[in-house]
Amino acid sequence: MHGALADLWSQLFQFDDYGELIVLVRNSIIAGAVLGLTGGLVGVFVMARDLAFAVHAISELSFAGAAAGLLLGIGVVEGSLAGSLAAALLIGVLGSRARNRNSIIAVLMPFGLGLGILCLSLYSGRAANKFGLLTGQIVAVDNPRLTALLVICGIVVVALLLVWRPLMFVSIDAQVAEARGVPAVALSIVFMVLLGLAVAVSVQIVGSLLVLSVLVTPAAAALRLSASPVLVPILSCVFAVVSMVGGIMLALGGAIPISPYVTTLSFLIYVVCRVVGGARDRRRLPRTPRLATEGA
Amino acid sequence: MMSTMTSAATERHAQVDARPVLSITDAALGYDGRLLWAGLDLDIVPGQFVAVLGPNGSGKTSLLRAVLGTQPLTRGRIEILGEPVRRGHRSVGYVPQQHLADHGTPLRARDFLALGIDGNRFGLPLPSASRRRKVDAMLDTVQARAFANARIGSLSGGEQQRLRIGQALIGDSSLLLCDEPLISLDLHQQRAVSDLIDASRRDHDRAVVMITHDVNPVLDMVDTVVYLANGQARVGAVDEVLTSRVLSELYETPVEVIRARGQLVVVGLPDHAHQGHEHAPHHDGTAH
Repeated sequence: MHGALADLWSQLFQFDDYGELIVLVRNSIIAGAVLGLTGGLVGVFVMARDLAFAVHAISELSFAGAAAGLLLGIGVVEGSLAGSLAAALLIGVLGSRARNRNSIIAVLMPFGLGLGILCLSLYSGRAANKFGLLTGQIVAVDNPRLTALLVICGIVVVALLLVWRPLMFVSIDAQVAEARGVPAVALSIVFMVLLGLAVAVSVQIVGSLLVLSVLVTPAAAALRLSASPVLVPILSCVFAVVSMVGGIMLALGGAIPISPYVTTLSFLIYVVCRVVGGARDRRRLPRTPRLATEGA
Repeated sequence: MMSTMTSAATERHAQVDARPVLSITDAALGYDGRLLWAGLDLDIVPGQFVAVLGPNGSGKTSLLRAVLGTQPLTRGRIEILGEPVRRGHRSVGYVPQQHLADHGTPLRARDFLALGIDGNRFGLPLPSASRRRKVDAMLDTVQARAFANARIGSLSGGEQQRLRIGQALIGDSSLLLCDEPLISLDLHQQRAVSDLIDASRRDHDRAVVMITHDVNPVLDMVDTVVYLANGQARVGAVDEVLTSRVLSELYETPVEVIRARGQLVVVGLPDHAHQGHEHAPHHDGTAH
């Protein structure tokens, strides 16, 4: 019994020659950190605009695109970008109302997954590539791929910071924002494009099944602790970077894909935030009645 | 009751030579081949309180949207402070129908108010002392100091509604448009919100256009009533428009307006024209 546990432990965590391994996965760690930063920021709006389910659909289409790219020899990056941009724009244009959006997402998701599985079944190359699209991989980040990731993440972060304020205005009340002259429809489409880009880069690292752990969980955790428009994005980024980089470091020695480490860290952070936030809210209760006439 | 209302109205009519904040001339509005209303002429001066009444689907919200420039008129002209309407006019504050914020938005009450100052601007906001002062002052005006740092989604309907009005006023607007601001609030909060709106036009000479299904909570504040029904529009003082004769004409059926204990009760409205709490959902694709 003890021996089996020890075996499992050494399969999960293996820290021999750690120093040499770190050098080998330098690219992956940079990629993970940048991805965490991007995902943490994008996630704030995924939560504010209630798009968590949409993220999952976009990632399935991104997976289909990547698998098609692999099969047809176009390239995984190009394929996954095409797939997630197409899904993001479809959801953005057809699903501006919440109810329509949910049905469009439910239609797109199985279609994307099915298409991806078809392409992977037809692909005769290395099996590790196939599995990696669903569950992530760390060793495959070569220099050109890292450059592509840095450029895409750079675009997403800069664009997001530029539209931050009006996009937040539109997210809380589109009618008021529109009356104030904010181009609400255009901003929503811009955000869907940025979300598509963020999903496409995440799929290549954490895999399409687990994208939510970078694009949703950190922001959801941050919202448990704070409602400040400054603190929430910062916490969200910190949580996402810790999950990504921490997950990669833990996964280094073992034979297991990186995603379980990332998702577990991300989940644990969420649980802690929920407990801490919940305890604090309870301490503040019962709320004193705040009637308008009080002291007036 | 009657006399205070009349004197308030006369007082306001005395400043009729003031430049109108909002001027609507021979306006008609319809879409999808259906005319909502026609023949609307309305001049609103600073400090005037206008209530827009009428059954569901009579085009009350569309009237506000036309004033906001998000809904083109079929005919006629609208001018704000002498300029043709356009979207994003700095002088117009808008409070659409109740829409509760959810937990996922990282904004506190004070951040929500600040959006009314510069929420339409691109780029990240730099810390600004003047913005902070304005927000603090507005927190006092809408009596939101106690929950200034609370998450907007955690506040009650009445608290959110006061903040939404504060957000509309903070940009120094001279015209406040409210769409059913009192709906789904208890009597206490109704009073708080309508007093807030009334104070803003008394103290700052803002003009107010409020859509409401029930005129009673604001009866002693209203100078002018716009009644939309059956494709027509009637404009005038409460006593001129909310009468058995005018409403019977509009609805083409005998309708009786009864005044009792300072309240107006309308009896005999056709079934489809009931001014109940049910409101048609917006078909504007703004859900998010």
